[in-house]
Amino acid sequence: MKAGIIVFPGSNCDRDIQVALGQSLDSLPDMIWHREATLPDLDLIVVPGGFSYGDYLRSGAMAAHSPAMREVVARAKAGVPVLAICNGFQILTECGLLPGILMPNTDLKFVCRDVFLRVENPSTPFTHHYEDGEVIRVPVAHHDGNYFVDPDTYQDLIAHDQIAFRYCDDGGEVNEGANPNGSLDNIAGVVNRDRTVLGMMPHPERLADEQLGGTDGRALFDGLVAALS
Amino acid sequence: MKARIHITLKPGVHDPQGRAIGNALAALGFAGVNDVRQGKYLEIEIGETDRKTASAMAEEMCTKLLANPVIENYTVELED
Repeated sequence: MKAGIIVFPGSNCDRDIQVALGQSLDSLPDMIWHREATLPDLDLIVVPGGFSYGDYLRSGAMAAHSPAMREVVARAKAGVPVLAICNGFQILTECGLLPGILMPNTDLKFVCRDVFLRVENPSTPFTHHYEDGEVIRVPVAHHDGNYFVDPDTYQDLIAHDQIAFRYCDDGGEVNEGANPNGSLDNIAGVVNRDRTVLGMMPHPERLADEQLGGTDGRALFDGLVAALS
Repeated sequence: MKARIHITLKPGVHDPQGRAIGNALAALGFAGVNDVRQGKYLEIEIGETDRKTASAMAEEMCTKLLANPVIENYTVELED
């Protein structure tokens, strides 16, 4: 299985995801500069976290139009799985691959800490190594993580079971106190209707190694590799 | 030709920055500030003399990049 990571000016989680995903693969994923207009054959594309183009205009808005992303959109539409984390999630909403938008956090502060997530849909290639309703601990680090969709699109997300993760407390209860950024219905991650594209604000790649304080993110990468190999 | 573009949040979309600005104005003693909504303003010089073409270009800029239709509205004014 071959994975590629798209790197933008301002990406800063590209190396982390390369190492974390590399643990589950037998080789390291390729790093692909955003100016590449053609991509190699890939079984998985990762759009990593960071601050592409300094978050100018809106987070992810500039990166969404880079040559590599045009190709990512085409591949995603052809069914190639895409994992997008943090800034990657913002970029995918700007490309239209995922619904909604990530607005500035309600309290206007950068939030950088571990949060708890409840796995809401374990029937995706990204989440199938978790149990339904399982509570995992994963860090967030963002200023614009406040997920918003219009009411009709929200109903659509619910109807098609597209909410992958919700912010919750350590007991698994989804409530306002556990919401780090004001996201609608505590949404932390969504998949597309085909379950081939996942966007999430928290960083599973930052807790995928015991030496870094935890391994709750590891199952996402192991599961993804198992599903795609 | 110059395009003056205003991008504003759609009604009903929360605007925490606007609210913080409103609170700061109240703290400065400005009574009666009921609501503040923050947006963006861009001036774009377009090397085009035909008004209709320039207007179409500015519209396309807004839909493709400058505004996000999920949360934002925009208006375009042209100045010769």
